[in-house]
Amino acid sequence: MYVAVKGGETAINNAHRLLADRRRGDRSVPAMHLEQIVEQLGLAVDRIMSEGSLYDCELAALAFKQARGDMIEAIFLLRAYRTTLPRFGYSNPVDTNRMHIERRISATYKDLPGGQLLGPTFDYTHRLLDPALMGSQDVETPVTKQAAEQSTPRVSQLLTQEGLIESDGDLPDDHQTGDLTREPMEFPMARDVRLQALSRGDEGFLLALGYSTQRGFGRSHPFVGEIRIGEVDVEIDIPELGFAINLGRIRVTECQMVTQFQGSAKSPPQFTRGYGLVFGQSERKAMAMSLVDRSLRARELGEDLTAPAQDEEFVISHADNVQATGFVEHLKLPHYVDFQAELDLVRRMRSEFEAAQERDGNAGEDLEAAE
Amino acid sequence: MNEQPLLRVNSMTKYYGSRIGCRDVSFELWPGEVLAIVGESGSGKTTLLNNISTRLTPTSGTVEYRMRDGQFRDLYRMGEAERRFLMRTDWGFVHQNPADGLRMTVSAGANVGERLMAIGDRHYGDIRNTATRWLGRVEIDADRVDDQPRDFSGGMRQRLQIARNLVTGPRLVFMDEPTGGLDVSVQARLLDLVRSLVNDLGLSAIVVTHDLAVARLLSHRMMVMKDGYVIEQGLTDRVLDDPREPYTQLLVSSILQV
Amino acid sequence: MNTHGELATYNFAYLDEQTKRMIRRAILKAIAIPGYQVPFASREMPMPYGWGTGGVQVTAAVIGPDDTLKVIDQGADDTTNAVSIRAFFQKVTNVAVTTSTRQATIIQTRHRIPEEQLGENQILVYQVPIPEPLRFLEPRETETRKMHALEEYGLMHVKLYEDIARNGHIATTYAYPVKVEGRYVMDPSPTPKFDNPKMHMSQALQLFGAGREKRIYAIPPYTEVVSLDFEDHPFEVQTFKDPCALCAATGVYLDEVILDDKGSRMFVCSDTDHCENRRNEGHHGHLSGQALEAQQ
Repeated sequence: MYVAVKGGETAINNAHRLLADRRRGDRSVPAMHLEQIVEQLGLAVDRIMSEGSLYDCELAALAFKQARGDMIEAIFLLRAYRTTLPRFGYSNPVDTNRMHIERRISATYKDLPGGQLLGPTFDYTHRLLDPALMGSQDVETPVTKQAAEQSTPRVSQLLTQEGLIESDGDLPDDHQTGDLTREPMEFPMARDVRLQALSRGDEGFLLALGYSTQRGFGRSHPFVGEIRIGEVDVEIDIPELGFAINLGRIRVTECQMVTQFQGSAKSPPQFTRGYGLVFGQSERKAMAMSLVDRSLRARELGEDLTAPAQDEEFVISHADNVQATGFVEHLKLPHYVDFQAELDLVRRMRSEFEAAQERDGNAGEDLEAAE
Repeated sequence: MNEQPLLRVNSMTKYYGSRIGCRDVSFELWPGEVLAIVGESGSGKTTLLNNISTRLTPTSGTVEYRMRDGQFRDLYRMGEAERRFLMRTDWGFVHQNPADGLRMTVSAGANVGERLMAIGDRHYGDIRNTATRWLGRVEIDADRVDDQPRDFSGGMRQRLQIARNLVTGPRLVFMDEPTGGLDVSVQARLLDLVRSLVNDLGLSAIVVTHDLAVARLLSHRMMVMKDGYVIEQGLTDRVLDDPREPYTQLLVSSILQV
Repeated sequence: MNTHGELATYNFAYLDEQTKRMIRRAILKAIAIPGYQVPFASREMPMPYGWGTGGVQVTAAVIGPDDTLKVIDQGADDTTNAVSIRAFFQKVTNVAVTTSTRQATIIQTRHRIPEEQLGENQILVYQVPIPEPLRFLEPRETETRKMHALEEYGLMHVKLYEDIARNGHIATTYAYPVKVEGRYVMDPSPTPKFDNPKMHMSQALQLFGAGREKRIYAIPPYTEVVSLDFEDHPFEVQTFKDPCALCAATGVYLDEVILDDKGSRMFVCSDTDHCENRRNEGHHGHLSGQALEAQQ
């Protein structure tokens, strides 16, 4: 018994060695290259970047490989690397009007300036397993057209012109954009920090919460105003230069949900909105995020708080899968000191109970104390 | 009786957005006096109660309370710590639904003892004895002291809630439809109990009710509310026997038919 | 974008200096307000949340090249997680490590306080899973912070009252709440209540780090730490019937070790360093011979 405890160090080393072996698998099968993961498992890479909050395809692919395909483990690896990187500055807000759009759809208008673009979507595929993919068949080159260079206005802007939707929220002029990864969380949160938390929150958790609002636990009557996927420029202001310079492009998915209108004697009825933005291509996550963003605005909009998805402290405290997995899995660690204390107490209480029974003369013949 | 009121409410107004909750309400409450606020649902009586008891913040107006040192203090100018302390020592609040005022998964003894522990009592035996004594005063058997209120009937829960509020010897108790969800026979017993406790302890109380029979039995004075305004007030017997406002007359005549 | 060949060149003690300064500020604030939970911007660490990230960050913020580090989990230096954390610091700081309580300048711990009395030159760093002593009575952070601010701790005694009403005595055996310097009620982390008295007037600085919950709190040296109780049900620590089977120590916390499938067992020191020292000094428990053989 004592052996297992004493063997700690060796055991760990051996476990790591075995893990490396299992990760590699059958040596006669070629090892995966990171480029293969980046190119062929791109949506997995996107999710890792998005919830890992670090835009780097190659590192995300490395994390994915190292984690043997375990998403949350890969996200964790990327986060643990990200946190050690020095913070040089904060970029300007990305301008999604000027996105180089690959996909853009609206469910609220049949046609609109800039048009609807289906892009690379699973939406209308029939979910039939494709035996051709078991081999390595040639794939046709896609049909593309030259993108229009001008910017494409967002649906929310079209509605804003008529005053039909609330304007983008205003933050005070001196508001410094929060940074969830550098400052402690405090409730209630400003919306910028809350959106950060949602953007790196667990896809499955947000999906379930968004779904719950549709099923009546905090309904918000959502319409997809617009989803757009494409690349945007990231710019940063350099104070010494006096202008912004371009750092490069990243692919993002943006979802603007048009939701439950509101009005009062003072202000005319207007639609409200929910917002989602994530790294890479992940429509499901962006949509779920925009639903949850909207339901978390319930208090701000004076709605009754009745559903889990409207409870900021509940949602945000439990959305982070790296935190959640760590704490759930820490139950594996030894707890025998505490267990010993409980064990001792239960034994003591049992013997007190038995003594009391005996005193009362109720103790059966066969109910003798075990010790 | 003291020559000064215990509570002064001045021009209390509460708006919910552009909707009126209650409007321009002023009155004084005297030591040992029970005031009933009556009206149908939506008349603003609960809004008024919540504003006076600092559970809501009024849009305008003041509430002054005479502290134990004899000084009047504006409740909305007190610090939160002092106000919360006042609420759990010198005041009581009896909710219509006992579950809102009790800890349902904690024993009856601890429910009654909580306020004592909050002000620093640290002797388990004494706390338990005091709790048992109070259970007796509200007609709950001493052997129920370790049972949880979720195993109690509606009437017992309400009596337990009253004991929990009275254990620190408050001077002022707010009651929101205290006999609300109870059977008629249970109501009568509870009203009887409340009346004798109020008398014995010399409590002041503000009771919100839609039931004029409750007002008749418990209160010395009553205010009738409609659409956020107090439309009539006076001694309870006077208002019920000789209502002046047509609306009050309607209320009184409708109860007499029951 | 990145020179990926050499991606992991980490700073001394892993965290960048800016982050360490942020944590040190939180620690200083915590020391200034004993028992108060200071929010801090906890970082992702290369071990999972719940596995000691709070303690690791605190240690990383206070450790210097001249320190000697000891890491224990359940009182032992060689439990897997203690080994793993010690290895981490060896790798990222290259400081001296030890299993000796006496030689260590920093001791990071999970679930125990060493048996040997600590001194003024030592820091004890606790790993904390849930820092909020009121959490299971009131789940909301917004509400518990208010309760601390207004010193509304009646609810805490309601829980103890319930224990006594139900079981005849206080049934909290670990993470037993304490009041620090007469002001803040604090969770001592899931140490057995046996260790609570060691926190009182300790000569060593005690730091508590909760990574996932993003809180740091502290007990400065020579601070009053009182376990909550009732006058007629005073706080008591666990006692053990038999001494340690290996070193015959009494008045120490013991682990129960099951010896065979018939359920025979022995009780041995949870603090392995303490036990070893005693055996080296010639103390022998009634099973010491056999158990040493069982160690291979």
